[in-house]
Amino acid sequence: MGISVDNVLSLHENAVKLRSRRIEMLATNIANADTPGYKARDFNFKQALADAHSSSRSSFSLQATQPGHFSSGRDMGFEMMYSTPLQPSIDGNTVDLHQEKAKFTQSAMEQQVSLTFLDRKLKGLVKAIRGE
Amino acid sequence: MSLFNIFDIAGSGMSAQMVRLNTTASNISNADTASSSVDQTYRARYPLFSTVMTGEMGQQAAGVEVKGIVESSAPLRPQYSPNHPMADEQGYVYYPNVNVVEEMANMMSASRSYETNVQVINTSKQLMTKTLQLGS
Repeated sequence: MGISVDNVLSLHENAVKLRSRRIEMLATNIANADTPGYKARDFNFKQALADAHSSSRSSFSLQATQPGHFSSGRDMGFEMMYSTPLQPSIDGNTVDLHQEKAKFTQSAMEQQVSLTFLDRKLKGLVKAIRGE
Repeated sequence: MSLFNIFDIAGSGMSAQMVRLNTTASNISNADTASSSVDQTYRARYPLFSTVMTGEMGQQAAGVEVKGIVESSAPLRPQYSPNHPMADEQGYVYYPNVNVVEEMANMMSASRSYETNVQVINTSKQLMTKTLQLGS
């Protein structure tokens, strides 16, 4: 019986990819904290991870080769959502800097956790291969 | 790899906030620059931020750019002081429409936003280092 590297890493691999997308999105919100009319965006991580995990088990997905291509919704597809501001501002910007900062810190910590898990899994694999 | 994008995004935020800080510095330093005519008087200037979308449809990441610098249209402060060397025929000198208190608040907001972007870059750097060291 062989060890499938894909099976060992799959959940964490998807989690790391999706989290870096989410961190990027939160960084976008933070960078645009003072842009008039900018709407803060986010996505449902739990849902996105479940979707990514189920689609990574299916056999095929479409590849986007041009920047204008729509994502097929199978690979890393997630629904972008606009966050509801706690307090509306006159310039139409919906970024709540403190909330975004908190979410960013939390995502970064969770990313650290995922990376630690991946690290340990890889180390475990290496140990098994070496057979020491 | 989206962690690389974060450097661009947060970097664009930092440079935009720097422009804002620059205009604030210019406004504060010119707050009391007298002038003898309405046209030549310094006017408070502010940067106009806008979002730049990049990346594929539906998954865009976005930085921020400075669209331009706009001058405030608030009324100038004319002052009657006939002995001033810059006074016009009616004895008026004109002072800029800069509100120093407003500028100070603007400066604090800009420097805080700058700091936040620096923190974002630092955190992504840590995550990237961690990713690079996977399994070693």
